[in-house]
Amino acid sequence: MKIVYNGEKDSRQFKNVIGETVEALLKADDKVVWLDADLMGCSGTNKIKDDRVINCGIAEANMAGIAAGLSAAGMKPYAHTFGPFASRRCYDQVFLAAGYAKNPITMIGTDPGITAAFNGGTHMPFEDVALYRALPEATIFDITDVPMLEAALKMAKDMPGVKYIRVPRKDSYQVYEDGAEFTPGKAVVLREGKDGVIVASGIMVHEALQAAEKLAKDGIEMAVIDPITIKPLDVETIRAYAEKTGLVVVAENHNYIGGLTSAVQDAVCGMALKFGYVAVEDKFGEVGPVDYLRTQYDLTDDHIVKVVKGLK
Amino acid sequence: MTTKELEKFALEIRLATVECIKSRGFGHIGGSLSVCDALAVLYGDIMNVDPKNPAKPDRDKFVSSKGHAGPAVYATLALKGYFPKEQLLTLNQPGTNFPSHCDMNKTPGVDMTTGSLGQGTSEAVGLALGDKLQGRNCTTYLMVGDGEANEGQVWEAAMFTAAKKLTNLVWLIDWNKKQLDGYVSDILEPFDFEEKFRAFGFDACTIDGNDVAQLKEALSKKATDKPIAIILDTVKGKGVTEVEEAAGNHSMNVGAEVFDGWIEEIKGKLAALEA
Ligand SMILES: Cc1ncc(C[n+]2csc(CCOP(=O)(O)OP(=O)(O)O)c2C)c(N)n1
Ligand SMILES: [Mg+2]
Repeated sequence: MKIVYNGEKDSRQFKNVIGETVEALLKADDKVVWLDADLMGCSGTNKIKDDRVINCGIAEANMAGIAAGLSAAGMKPYAHTFGPFASRRCYDQVFLAAGYAKNPITMIGTDPGITAAFNGGTHMPFEDVALYRALPEATIFDITDVPMLEAALKMAKDMPGVKYIRVPRKDSYQVYEDGAEFTPGKAVVLREGKDGVIVASGIMVHEALQAAEKLAKDGIEMAVIDPITIKPLDVETIRAYAEKTGLVVVAENHNYIGGLTSAVQDAVCGMALKFGYVAVEDKFGEVGPVDYLRTQYDLTDDHIVKVVKGLK
Repeated sequence: MTTKELEKFALEIRLATVECIKSRGFGHIGGSLSVCDALAVLYGDIMNVDPKNPAKPDRDKFVSSKGHAGPAVYATLALKGYFPKEQLLTLNQPGTNFPSHCDMNKTPGVDMTTGSLGQGTSEAVGLALGDKLQGRNCTTYLMVGDGEANEGQVWEAAMFTAAKKLTNLVWLIDWNKKQLDGYVSDILEPFDFEEKFRAFGFDACTIDGNDVAQLKEALSKKATDKPIAIILDTVKGKGVTEVEEAAGNHSMNVGAEVFDGWIEEIKGKLAALEA
């Protein structure tokens, strides 16, 4: 896996990438269906002309149930809405009609955590990962960059179970080379280091890489791992780095309860090591620009540096 | 208030709404502007509220289940004297009390937290039921978006309202024909709202929801044994020509000079009304 990270913003916007990838998937596979809940403008799918792109209206629970039914009828449904509505708002439908009844579907939740920004607390999911982690056989992708988004959308199509893809609508920093391929449950080591490991997902990968760079200047060599999927989690790789370095810090755009922090804690439980996290401290969301929210919830590279140094 | 006074109040609400959204540069302008006339009549004439005592238990209450109409609600409350008007200019700024979506814990005078569409309907049912159970003589007014009516929860709440004869809850449907991705009828055809509500057991009517006189008449009616549902035939973006005509007018992001043009248009109408 080639890492192309250079700390600069990708010129591509996630939502356009969703639109283009979905259009290609629809062409390639006549079983693919895209459902949306009056947010096609936000998923970049509003320009696609295809009978299998269906706007269900603002009715997320209905949409999730329809997705499960389509799946039972032999289709491969994707369903999109904002993160809170792709998790909380339709959880029972996803859980039973898709998960329990074993009808594979892919749910896409845009603007996870602080990236909900100006839509504020009602739209800011810090709990979506927790919900999907508690769903048996689910797969959770916290999207880091454009190549990972493309790969996740393609992979999800033929995977069993419920897939949940959480992804911002706008900016990202490219980490992986274009066309990169991933395996669910297989983490990617982005940076080696002997003094500890930062396990980071989604928008926090960029912060973790920045933090590792800053720490290296102070002589602290941190490895950085992107789990790719929070569930299934690459327990083996995470435990190996925990064993090797004795220090683990998790960074996620989510409540520390139930998300990646909890998942990594479960993975390293019983090991003798130092453990810390950079995540939302069991708080509700609030409105504001992303940069303000990043500092408000301490989801910054500097905070990662502080947590690592505090454990040293 | 006289019709002319209500028209003036509605224009003042529009003006403050546009100024509020201008302060941030973007926001939910279409669905805010469509409800300004209803807000003017409710807060100007119909509702028993006291800006000095916003939590008075037996006040009438207002729930904008379409929580993204926040700017119009805030503008109305500012003009009523709940807080200084300058505060409207902190919309969505760090630490603000004026977020995109209505928040009862942040903004004085906001009676219910909304933003996840559909939920405000049940919340309003709860408010009205709570008032009824405690013997309070007051009414809750509920504003629902026509796109929002896609949500099944809206119809669960509607069924409850009529089945339990909750006549102290008045439903208002902002039938502005558009939701986020486009026309309501292209996305999920609602057919006839008035007939639907009647079939659900309401005393339903349709009026010009941007006409204060019609609003006043409809809202002055007392419910008998059936709760009232008023379908407001409105225009999304009402009162600012460019917004009315824009294809995508749900949330708009424009330059300060464009906002200034919109503000001038509203000020012109205010001047014409006063002349
Ligand atoms: C449950 C839920 N799903 C999606 C959204 C995103 N959203 C906000 S406003 C809106 C469109 C609302 O349309 P309508 O109710 O017609 O409002 P109006 O035209 O009055 O602005 C959507 C989809 C939301 N806020 N809540
Ligand atoms: Mg509408």
